[in-house]
Amino acid sequence: MTAADATLRRGRVGDPFSSPWRRRLPLLPALLFTIAITQLPFLVSIYYSFTNLKDRTQSLLPEPTKFVGIDNYKAIFNDPFFRQAMWTSVKMTVLAVVLSLVFGTLFAILLDRKFFGQGIVRTLLITPFLLMPVVAALIWKQQMFSSLFGILDKVLEFLGLTAVPFISDHPLGSIVTVLVWQWTPFMMLIMLAGLQSQPSDIIEAAGVDGATPFGIFRQLTLPHLRRYLELGALLGSIYIVQAFDAIDQMTGGGPGSTNVPYFVYQESIGGGFRYGSASAYAIVVVIFSIVIATFALRVLSGLLKDEERA
Amino acid sequence: MTRRERRGTRLGVGESRAGMIGLGVAAWVIGMLWIFPVAWTLLTSFKTEQDASAQTLHNGLSFARYSEVSHSTEGTLSLGAAFTNSLVIVLVSTIIVMLLALPAAYALAIRPVPKWRDVLFFFISTKFLPIVASIFPIYVYAQKWNLIGTRTILIVLYIAINLPLAIWMTRSFFIEVPRELIEAAEIDGTSLINQLRSVILPIAAPGIAATALLCVIFAWNEYFYAIQLNFAGASTMPQWVIGHVSTRGNFLAKLSAASMIACLPVVLAGWAAQKRMIRGLSMGAIK
Repeated sequence: MTAADATLRRGRVGDPFSSPWRRRLPLLPALLFTIAITQLPFLVSIYYSFTNLKDRTQSLLPEPTKFVGIDNYKAIFNDPFFRQAMWTSVKMTVLAVVLSLVFGTLFAILLDRKFFGQGIVRTLLITPFLLMPVVAALIWKQQMFSSLFGILDKVLEFLGLTAVPFISDHPLGSIVTVLVWQWTPFMMLIMLAGLQSQPSDIIEAAGVDGATPFGIFRQLTLPHLRRYLELGALLGSIYIVQAFDAIDQMTGGGPGSTNVPYFVYQESIGGGFRYGSASAYAIVVVIFSIVIATFALRVLSGLLKDEERA
Repeated sequence: MTRRERRGTRLGVGESRAGMIGLGVAAWVIGMLWIFPVAWTLLTSFKTEQDASAQTLHNGLSFARYSEVSHSTEGTLSLGAAFTNSLVIVLVSTIIVMLLALPAAYALAIRPVPKWRDVLFFFISTKFLPIVASIFPIYVYAQKWNLIGTRTILIVLYIAINLPLAIWMTRSFFIEVPRELIEAAEIDGTSLINQLRSVILPIAAPGIAATALLCVIFAWNEYFYAIQLNFAGASTMPQWVIGHVSTRGNFLAKLSAASMIACLPVVLAGWAAQKRMIRGLSMGAIK
């Protein structure tokens, strides 16, 4: 039984929040707001997904909105562009999450020791994460990748190699680069927290018992870090799967770099204005998200229980 | 808990002094590499447009580009207007988030409601809902109620973005307030308001400040809603920055100066809060 449950059970006499409803009162404003802004629109989206709703102001030949049953959903499975967007989403998310997790862990290990200017290096490393995603995308597009002004091509030419049109030839790689650049600091901070929560006495005991530093790392540190790796991967996926800003600024969609959120955006407010069918796409995305979220919530809930035990 | 002296993660590299210095140097090199695009943009922002486009440095450095971007030409979005819009939207939404999150966190941590765990997970589950799943109804109704292009719609949406985060984070700071202190105050007959003011808030204050700061960062950097629902009238800083990308003439130095201006407030805030930031980013799951 947790401390919180204990308080719950004890019940207090003369407590201003003794009745269950008065206890719930402070929670209500936040709860009602969240339901109104997130759950109600979602329900409306489900309704839209069974209609042929379009934006009248954007349409030359307005047709009345009517109920079309599951036509929108049927169309999804015959849409090669949507399949392509799904595949791009998977590639983009997995690549960005895995690479930023690998870099983040390596950087965290480097930072988790005393050296001259440790604080400064950490500050330098987290800075890209604090930049506006739009600015991060523009910095890379205009200063690094650009065929006109880009540093990277200038360096390649200086080395006697041929210039590479990065964004047009490798749209996905370019976007993933920016995502990894911005998300590595996030992973690094999580892994650093993991490394620093390691009980030092066990490690010292292993050292006394003659374990090699590498053996300690593999058999004690890595298992300890597992939950932090999981947490980083899941939280990173939640944010990166919704990546929009970098795509909008760098490629504006196009083959190879349109992920599902960008695809749905193009179908609807980004130009298509077919809210009915776009809603159906969105609902399919939600179903996939629920699968990911179920895993994520399990990890979070595991961490929450550990915290109570501690 | 007092932390004993730690010597950091040990790899197979050994603990020799030379090895330690080598790893320190490696950390510095990586730090420099990671900051390079930002540092380069900072340098570009002081160049002339010709130097910026050619990536050379013949004409010296100056603040001229900064003064150019802050004095916009007639008819375009000015720095003053975008900054004011961002400031109002960010501050109002953050204040409301905190006013909603603090009582909610109280009801989830200090005097928990029945099923508090379910409620907590309900809040966080809204973060997993893709934005595209709710944007059309919001767009349609915002149009119907004439909210497109107003600060109000962005304030409401930024509250929704940040509220789950703020509740989780504040709760994780509230459960650290020693129970004995709250109980002692109760026995002394201290009123709830005074309990909050004299016991709970002083202990949780640094955490609450970090929470608010994180809400400010996310709201300041937000782009999707800003561009979708706000293309006229109440444009914010990200829109001001992308306004400097031009298809005619050189723009790189001005774009760099604008980028630096737009990012500076949040980068400074993030540097100040870097130690506590991780708890918010991990939804309070990591100390």
